[in-house]
Amino acid sequence: MEEDMATKGKPIISTGSPKGSKKRKTISTGKRYIINTVLTVLVIVIGQMMIDNGSISRYQGSVLEQVGIYIIMAVSLNIATGYLGQLPLGHAGFMSVGGYSCAIFIMRMMGPMHVTMYDFMTGTPATTLLFVCGLIFGGVCAAICGLIIGIPALRLKGDYLAIITLGFAEIIRVVMLNIDSVVGFQLTGGAKGLTGIPSYTNFTNTFVVVAISLFLIHTMMKSRHGRAILAIRDNEIAAEATGVNTTYYKTLAFVVSAFFAGVGGGLYAGCIGVMAPAKFGFMKSIEILVMVVLGGMGSMLGSVISATFLTILPEALRAFADYRMVVYAIVLILVMIFRPQGLLGDYDFSMGNFLEKIINGEFPWKKKQAEEVEADE
Amino acid sequence: MSSETKQKRRPVIVQMESPNLIPERDLGQIPVLEAKHIGIDFGGLTAVDDFNIAMGRTEISGLIGPNGAGKTTIFNLLTNVYKPTRGTILVDGYDTAGMSITQVNKLGIARTFQNIRLFSQMTVAQNILVGFGNSMSTHLVTDMLRFPKHWKQEREYRDKAMDLLGIFDMQRFADTKAGNLPYGAQRRLEILRALATHPKVLLLDEPAAGMNPNETEELMDNILKIRDEFQIAILLIEHDMSLVMGVCEVVGVLNYGKIIAKGTPEEIQRDPKVIEAYLGKQGVK
Repeated sequence: MEEDMATKGKPIISTGSPKGSKKRKTISTGKRYIINTVLTVLVIVIGQMMIDNGSISRYQGSVLEQVGIYIIMAVSLNIATGYLGQLPLGHAGFMSVGGYSCAIFIMRMMGPMHVTMYDFMTGTPATTLLFVCGLIFGGVCAAICGLIIGIPALRLKGDYLAIITLGFAEIIRVVMLNIDSVVGFQLTGGAKGLTGIPSYTNFTNTFVVVAISLFLIHTMMKSRHGRAILAIRDNEIAAEATGVNTTYYKTLAFVVSAFFAGVGGGLYAGCIGVMAPAKFGFMKSIEILVMVVLGGMGSMLGSVISATFLTILPEALRAFADYRMVVYAIVLILVMIFRPQGLLGDYDFSMGNFLEKIINGEFPWKKKQAEEVEADE
Repeated sequence: MSSETKQKRRPVIVQMESPNLIPERDLGQIPVLEAKHIGIDFGGLTAVDDFNIAMGRTEISGLIGPNGAGKTTIFNLLTNVYKPTRGTILVDGYDTAGMSITQVNKLGIARTFQNIRLFSQMTVAQNILVGFGNSMSTHLVTDMLRFPKHWKQEREYRDKAMDLLGIFDMQRFADTKAGNLPYGAQRRLEILRALATHPKVLLLDEPAAGMNPNETEELMDNILKIRDEFQIAILLIEHDMSLVMGVCEVVGVLNYGKIIAKGTPEEIQRDPKVIEAYLGKQGVK
């Protein structure tokens, strides 16, 4: 059924190599990387400049930061749902583990490193170091949780995996709520939350982290490891018979997914400034899952677009306060009716391929000839 | 290919005292795949009982039998998809008991499936690269940070994949989604993917299913070509008698989970028990 849906409407076979006889101009891999890096830097610099001169207000700036955070969350969940083909419902759990551990790490290290709250506003080498270490620490803590839950949970499939991960996220929430009285000193701040987190994120460092995360996830998926993960999604039995160590790769995908969720959580703690267990309930996991499903499972660009859209939409609809949840729901229902495979299906955009087509005179908006099946990178 | 050349390629079979047959050229070596008295019960039902096989290094054998005789179950036993209730399986002398499917594959058994199981959302080249996965050595970090070693290896294996596709003249499909290939090409791709894991034994589950006589003829040539080029043993399940009789050196006939006859294709064709299994008792005079 799924296969039918995905392949419907596409030409059966592309003609392939005969086209190559025209001597297609290509862009070398090195150049592609340079182009992409330049574009990314350009976007970040322009964004930061607009924030500096006030064309983007402080409020809009913080929404943009959240957009970046949810992009990481959606893309990291996409590893487990879109690429591995499982349905974990505990992504908010990993996010909170990452957020708490990153925030606590930075707060505890501020003293020994002689960093004050105000240093984070101006930015010093010490704050950058703290920021990087904090995020990695948060990511690693979340990854360890991912490993602990992944090993038993990934023996299960479908609904059962969803339930066990859901339960796990709840366990994390309850642990965060009660751990203070267990360890005997103030760690997470319990129900009233962890306050006084320095605002160590800003537009630039958030989006640098976003770019690095997307790059690492992309490169992992376009390597032998990524292919093994995709093979498990497409046909687990065949993957096993083809020598793919399914247990290892499932766990790997799950752990990497949890790692980046932890990084996203770390950014979230810095952006919001307050961590409370109540924020990381079941609904948060669902929210992230909706982003992935809406964008198209297995499409990184899809996750990015829908994370952006679904983070901005509720903010943009704030004026219609009472109706915004209704509009939000209607948008989702419409998408699910008319594009059940998600906005982009499993299409992925490649700037290099796009430019290659332009310089070869094949404009994507002039789709007269039979279009080729997309190949990435 | 004319029938004489096929006859020539088929080596002499020698009868051994064990219940197994092995081509003469492989006699000095240990069998690459050996099963001794394996059997499996599903609940009270004995699906396979007392199955024995010993395959020479470059042997092509066939397994035939009516529907439901247990042929695919035997493949699943040999690849450890099912754990045998009784008996031992040795791959190149190693006991596979307690191994995972992946480990058995690493020992040298690759297979195709009766109902095609490709990675349909991935491209043809990627399908084959998954098969090469275990021979690629780069570490996750090397791949994620795109060190030069990653590119070198990717190029190397991409070329290898194209070479492999060349066997069936399928290079032009390299970047097509596997699920969009025509049926015959999907079957061929499955064989290539299995070959990419560097097997010592290739198990083909009904490779000619759904193929027309021309394609079957071509497949026969290809099976022989694969054996000669890769020097591997091939065990195949097939209903198409022209294929079985054309390429197999030894044929085993399975009925109700038991081997009822074993021998060269000529012997099998004359065996009254086989005729009985296929046509019923009245056929025997």
